[in-house]
Amino acid sequence: MTFFVYATLFLYVASFVLYIWNLREPSKYAGLGATGCLVLGLTLHYYALLDRSRMIHAVPYDDVYGSLSLFAWLLAATYLGLEAFHRRRSVGPFVLPIVIAVFLLAHASKIEAVKAPPADGPLFALHVTLNILAYSAFALSFVLSVIFLIQDRRLREHKLGIVGWRFPALDVLDRMARSSVLVGCVSLALGMAAGFVWARRLLGTYWDGDPKVIVTVLILAIYIAYTLLSRTAAWRGARASILCTFNFLFVIFSYSIVNRYLSHFHRYF
Amino acid sequence: MEIVLIGLSHKTATVELRERVAFTAEQACEAADQLRSRGILEETMVLSTCNRSELYGVPSEVSTNSSSAMELFLASFHQLSPEELDQSLYRHRDAQAVRHLFRVAGGLDSMLLGEAEILGQLRDSYRVALDHGATGPVLNRMFQNALEVGKRIRTETEIGTRPVSVAFAGVKLAERIFGKLDTHKALIIGAGATSEQVVRHLCDRGIKHLRVINRTTGKAEELASRFGAEVVPWNDLAPALEWPDLIVTSVSGSDPVLTRAMLERAMAARGNRALLLIDLGVPRNVAANAEGLYNTYLYNIDDLTEIVEQNKKVREAEIPKAEAIIEEQIEKFMHWQAGVAAGAVVGELRAKLAAERETFLRERLASMSHLSEKDRMQIGSLLEEFVDRVVLNPTERLRGIPELRRKVQNLEAVRDLFRLDRDKS
Repeated sequence: MTFFVYATLFLYVASFVLYIWNLREPSKYAGLGATGCLVLGLTLHYYALLDRSRMIHAVPYDDVYGSLSLFAWLLAATYLGLEAFHRRRSVGPFVLPIVIAVFLLAHASKIEAVKAPPADGPLFALHVTLNILAYSAFALSFVLSVIFLIQDRRLREHKLGIVGWRFPALDVLDRMARSSVLVGCVSLALGMAAGFVWARRLLGTYWDGDPKVIVTVLILAIYIAYTLLSRTAAWRGARASILCTFNFLFVIFSYSIVNRYLSHFHRYF
Repeated sequence: MEIVLIGLSHKTATVELRERVAFTAEQACEAADQLRSRGILEETMVLSTCNRSELYGVPSEVSTNSSSAMELFLASFHQLSPEELDQSLYRHRDAQAVRHLFRVAGGLDSMLLGEAEILGQLRDSYRVALDHGATGPVLNRMFQNALEVGKRIRTETEIGTRPVSVAFAGVKLAERIFGKLDTHKALIIGAGATSEQVVRHLCDRGIKHLRVINRTTGKAEELASRFGAEVVPWNDLAPALEWPDLIVTSVSGSDPVLTRAMLERAMAARGNRALLLIDLGVPRNVAANAEGLYNTYLYNIDDLTEIVEQNKKVREAEIPKAEAIIEEQIEKFMHWQAGVAAGAVVGELRAKLAAERETFLRERLASMSHLSEKDRMQIGSLLEEFVDRVVLNPTERLRGIPELRRKVQNLEAVRDLFRLDRDKS
């Protein structure tokens, strides 16, 4: 592991500790410190990714670990955008453990030079980055939905407790999850479009029968269904959050089983 | 630069006595004028709320009797005998007076721990005194610091964030579900005192869409007119349930006003949008079996009372943090005060040495008639330069001592050794 990896890890852990502190005992300094560490962590994480790419002589997403690292980076960046937009830090303690775990998994692995990719270029980079951004946004909506369900249950059982008063309102959590899913859907749709064009240029066909494409279309469909259903009478509230949580299982399935055992081209993203 | 405080509060005096010792803004200015014109105080500030009346001052001279003079004045101003006040008054000086004011500003001395209203009252009282010219550098600094302390305690601790009244707890719960209330709608069932409290809190939190429904329409109209709400006839209760996001009920009656069937119909009609039901009625106004309806959150008076009790404990747990902020600010204020005092002592010392030098020269040069005027002037300026050089280092060290206690002790020592106070008097 390089200096940038250690430094990033330290900053992410510091940010996580400060987010927890801020949740337990809200303080201006802890909150600003948490966000500051996350911003610095993201900056150094960028250099860690760059460093890794130089070592393997390829873009980060050309191996599974690089792809995971980019996922962690985009998840942290998406969360930071959400925090800035909604001015809420109470979700941070739930997002950072995922970022840290994925980052560790990505960078603790042994780095080996990979074979030169069959094709790359800006369109391919756009395809991959947008798809990983979509997965990050879906991961964030998963975290938000879980918090919604916990908070909803606490409110229903009249057990809000001390921390319950510090979480965003249910309505805010719901809107945050939906806006996150919207970002994910748009990214995934654009990423897929870029992928189709790229496949057409490389293979002469838009789709060569890779099951990953079917699963990704399915993921896009279930998230669009969530977006539409979450506004209807039958699904509004906790049911929509359960659906969003369930949808993320498909993302994990796509990222793990499909990538590893079923896909021909999409091994790492 | 002594600071003296006398006062009484809900902790020391009955409401009858507090009423008699209360000051209006005009009376506060009048009292300040009288205290200064009688030479009792140089700077004055009156803080008077429904729970306390306090008189802060900087005496004209350092005197052990300033507090007694203020007590006599307070009694005579309100046409009371000193004996009537004596048992109820508290008296503080210097750091203790500053600590008391900072605790008041932080809501630590309030009847309702951490209440925010006192900070506004303190700000208003200070503004009145400042505009009237009753305060001076010491009280200005002290009250500006107090306002800063109050603000810090409210932003850096949770002493005032959790609701500690049932009505406010209900409104804060609504914010846990809906976020900002300005775009949401509330229906108030009942027009009694409890309903009014809730409506007041809702309006404070920015709600714009309010409807009131009551068996007696006249009472509903009266409440609605005061808060810009709409009135709904009692017969339209069932359809009215489709409209709001928050329903607060507080009506008397042995049977529930809202049944499960009514709420089920309302939820279906409103597309299952989240609904918070706050039942403040005893006996309960919402049927017990209405609990558990999808996307509804039902709280009764016991649930809210439990929340209030939890929140009171949370507020109490925040006291040490607030006290730490107060101690930090007291330290800063006392440093400032000692710095000002050091400047004054150095000035007095220089003046005294200059006077001593003049006397010395006059006495010694009287017998030296052979010296010309030029020589005399030269000796005078040499002596002046020598004294300045001798005094320079000690005075700079006196000003620069970082530790407050040592600084004050050294100032006292200088005053004592050079008999500065004695000469002044």
